[in-house]
Amino acid sequence: MNGVHDMGGQQGMGPVQYEKNEPVFHAPWEARIYALTRAMRAWRKWNLDTHRHALELLPPVDYLRMSYYERWVSMLAVQVVQYGVVTKEEMESGKAAPGSTKATPAFGLATSFSWLSRGIASSQDPKVRPLFKVGQRVRARNINPTGHTRLPRYARGRTGLVARDHGVYVFPDTNAHFQGEKRQHVYSVRFAARELWGESASPRDSVHIDMWDDYLERA
Amino acid sequence: MSESEKGSVEDHHHDHQDVPSDLTLRVKALESLLVEKGLVDRAALDALVDTMEHKVGPRNGARVVARAWVDPAYKKRLLENAPAAIAELGYSSGQGDHMLVVENGPKVHNLIVCTLCSCYPWPVLGLPPVWYKSAPYRSRAVIDPRGILREFGTQLADDVEVRVWDSTAELRYIVLPERPAGTETMTEEQLAALITRDAMVGVAKVTLAPSGGNA
Repeated sequence: MNGVHDMGGQQGMGPVQYEKNEPVFHAPWEARIYALTRAMRAWRKWNLDTHRHALELLPPVDYLRMSYYERWVSMLAVQVVQYGVVTKEEMESGKAAPGSTKATPAFGLATSFSWLSRGIASSQDPKVRPLFKVGQRVRARNINPTGHTRLPRYARGRTGLVARDHGVYVFPDTNAHFQGEKRQHVYSVRFAARELWGESASPRDSVHIDMWDDYLERA
Repeated sequence: MSESEKGSVEDHHHDHQDVPSDLTLRVKALESLLVEKGLVDRAALDALVDTMEHKVGPRNGARVVARAWVDPAYKKRLLENAPAAIAELGYSSGQGDHMLVVENGPKVHNLIVCTLCSCYPWPVLGLPPVWYKSAPYRSRAVIDPRGILREFGTQLADDVEVRVWDSTAELRYIVLPERPAGTETMTEEQLAALITRDAMVGVAKVTLAPSGGNA
């Protein structure tokens, strides 16, 4: 979707606010929502792409106003109800429904050390053929999906060179909506800065964007 | 922190310790409900927070870079297969997580961003700083990388090529900065102490006297 989260190339956002000696978390609640969000994903009721899309679906004004982890608070509260892990009544009362069975946590101490896994599989599966080759000229398709996509607006319709084949990955545009993994190749595509931004950009500079087969066409 | 949050913390600095914020209460309520339902385990949550606060972070990345500077064979492995080379130092990236190391040189400077969200190489750098996840950085890193670099005090000559890496997929990038002159006699450990998070994101270079506070 063409949401405010798709920020590449936007202007007027102001200078970067740099904080010296920045702590990992700025308040205990940030640490807790971080951990809760990761632990709840272990239930596999939703995936990383769904998680990202849920953030994109926040109203634009809220997305821009909220701090990073505040977005996570809003999102997790919605998702646990949406995916049926918690009932609306339980969310409102803050108490488990009387007589409801107690689950065993999906994310336990024993598994907490494999937490770095992002849960999105990739592979070098030879059965999935690449549609493009390293060195080939390609154009990012001019598509405007209303669901989740990882094709940034600033690249659409622009021409670049396939710099590297990263192998096979799950396709976020379908995976976010539980429409299948649709595994396909992902490439690093090099776009000249001038192709993206015009003559005012440096003739030497470039932006490399990781692109799935379905985002590309021959150029 | 975001601009709005920064403003509110400054405005309410005098009392924010005494009055639990709305967010503190909301997260507490959510956690106690999820614990009560057996959906999460408090000890596992604590372990996760502890890991992020104390076990991962830019010191891991600094050790990787320092090793690459002193050991050409390691550097070659790192550039060819970053996850395996990083795992050699004991930092596991976990299954399904792929990393690429991009190398700076006299005529090439690399910069990492995630314009769509906040993708960042956790195993080697930990969680990203707020500015990395903020609208100003995400919006401008791709259209005005040299302007962003100037804001960080990094001046590049016109004949240096800037390569920006927008992390739109499940690849995670880390910059291998240039080893500064005057470090020839330093040990690997001394070198690692010079290497900052900002240099591994690509907004700064490694210097002999790193500015404090960004490691």
